[in-house]
Amino acid sequence: MARTFRLSIAPVSGVVSRRAAAVCAVLVPLVGLAFVLEIATGDFPLPVADAIAALTGTTDAATAFIVHSLRLPRALVGLLAGAAFGLSGALFQALTRNPLASPDIIGVTQGAGLAAVAGILLGVGGGLALSTVALIGGVTSAVAAYALAWRRGTTSYRIVLVGIGIAALCASVTNYLLLKGNIYQTQQALHWLVGNLSGRGWQHVRPLAVAVAVLVPLALLLHRWLLDLQLGDDVARGLGVPVQRARLGVLLAGVGLVAVATAAAGPVGFVALTAPQIARRLVRTPAPPLVAAALTGALLVLAADLVAREAIPGTELPVGVVTGALGGPYLLWLLARVNRVGSRG
Amino acid sequence: MLRTLERRDVTVPGNRSRRLTGLLIALFAVAGLTLASVFVGVRGISAAQVVAGLSPSVDGWDAAVVAGMRLPRTALGLLAGAALGMAGALIQGVTRNPLADPGILGISAGASLGVVLASGLLGIGSLFGYVWFAFAGALAAMLVVYLVGGGGRGGATPATLAIAGAAVSALLFALISAVVLTDVRALEKYRFWVIGALTGIDRQTLAAVALFLLVGAALAASVAPALNSLALGDDVARSLGQRIWLVRARAVAAITLLAGGATAVCGPIAFVGLIVPHAARAVVGPDQRWILAYSAVLGAALLLAADITGRVIARPDEVQAGIVVAAVGAPFFIALVRRTRLREL
Repeated sequence: MARTFRLSIAPVSGVVSRRAAAVCAVLVPLVGLAFVLEIATGDFPLPVADAIAALTGTTDAATAFIVHSLRLPRALVGLLAGAAFGLSGALFQALTRNPLASPDIIGVTQGAGLAAVAGILLGVGGGLALSTVALIGGVTSAVAAYALAWRRGTTSYRIVLVGIGIAALCASVTNYLLLKGNIYQTQQALHWLVGNLSGRGWQHVRPLAVAVAVLVPLALLLHRWLLDLQLGDDVARGLGVPVQRARLGVLLAGVGLVAVATAAAGPVGFVALTAPQIARRLVRTPAPPLVAAALTGALLVLAADLVAREAIPGTELPVGVVTGALGGPYLLWLLARVNRVGSRG
Repeated sequence: MLRTLERRDVTVPGNRSRRLTGLLIALFAVAGLTLASVFVGVRGISAAQVVAGLSPSVDGWDAAVVAGMRLPRTALGLLAGAALGMAGALIQGVTRNPLADPGILGISAGASLGVVLASGLLGIGSLFGYVWFAFAGALAAMLVVYLVGGGGRGGATPATLAIAGAAVSALLFALISAVVLTDVRALEKYRFWVIGALTGIDRQTLAAVALFLLVGAALAASVAPALNSLALGDDVARSLGQRIWLVRARAVAAITLLAGGATAVCGPIAFVGLIVPHAARAVVGPDQRWILAYSAVLGAALLLAADITGRVIARPDEVQAGIVVAAVGAPFFIALVRRTRLREL
């Protein structure tokens, strides 16, 4: 059986790997299940059937209120931010051909974190104002990385290295601010810095949804250029790819996704790094697969939030604690297994 | 193409005297910085009083400041700077990843978790008490990274080591967040440690750490020649008679001692290990032995200079060395990235 098949439903056509399609077909229902469970669980548990009924609008007023005002925004932020983190990580890793090049290490996350911590120390209230500040910080550091790496054109490698410099600077200033603030501000800032879905409302969902709706199709359209860029700048140029414009487009999509996701949910650690790597191993492609990475990211965040809410009765952990604690061992296990089988990761 | 040829020329034997001269100049710089570090501080003490304070018989507040604070601090700056520089050079050499630093292989995270557990759960307050937990944490994290990253048939490759390191780091930082978010006391300790400062060390701790660092430095010097053959690729190195796993194991042991020891007392000062080897490589070319020697000297110079600067710029307050290293190092690093053609090592 052929490993790939040609998908052509006009006006879209492309070569799709059977394994990628199968993996996505498994991931989609899993994400759906996690989404429904996320809505059903909480201080007032709902039966799964009621949760689904509330989503379709056929239920009593109390349940509808709980679902629509409280649980649904949180679940949507988890779903969209997770997908954005996963997709953005895949874009960065494919672009740089470095499995470590997640947005976490090239400065977007740290820029957003620095802006948010400064905001908290200056007394910017939670919610939308803080998200806006974080968004500005993240985009600023990414733009700075790109501009500083520009020298008669640029290379992915130089952008990553410059980004690392900016990230380290931002992280260190953040630590300094944490030291200067009083301990309660520090604790509040740390809660934000870990990544958190609690208290997210529709005001967080709307900008995130708009950005995802614009940027995800853009990323998928850039996928072909991205594959060519994997072969190196010279080969890509030979294949007719406008290298600089393609790279700028991929970066814009990746930075935009991670910046809006961070603004909404905080820098949920580890999703952008692991989701593409997990997806890549599931699909068994050399480059991180975009759609599967987005689905894996969404699944990771939703599942982690479920665990964060239910793991210790009475307390609610930030979701970022769990993504690290779950994603870390899973990646380790994958690495160890792949090593034992013999095909190198 | 012409550029590559020029860079290769650096290895021609005739450049040996040039490298030695460079090393001597760097050593003079370190000696000057050492003097400056003893004479310059937040508290204005005249040169005559400093000299008087160096002799053990003199009492008084100024003498106590010089003997009890500035001398240990200067010694720590020299030791930790050299150790971090060498650790960075080894990590970049052994993983052949120019983005590698002690943070990436899980050392900082392991040491941090050790400190947080000791001060949070066990309530150990003194530096001499929790230094050992930091050290054990660094060692454990590094061993896990090495076993997972190198556990398969092919041994440790740069990519698997680095991914395993990132995975372990994320896992450990999730645990750290979980502890410090629920325990204000641990957070208070942690935020002062994580900033990266040279202050607050007594002679007893200094002597103990110096022992670990010296053993690590000796081990590093013994493994550097073998890293040169490793740089040609695993197959070539094997055909040159190197037992690759043994070289990597020795390098990992040296890195753990050097970076673990330095991190345990100073906190995670990430930038020294990242930028110093790049600067060394820019001067001496690809020979690991020279890179190691230069990294030790330049690392000490960088950390001391950062510490002195931090004492002067914000009088009567002080900016910690870790912050200054990042503030100075980031622009320097970005300039370096822009200027040279950095390749995969």
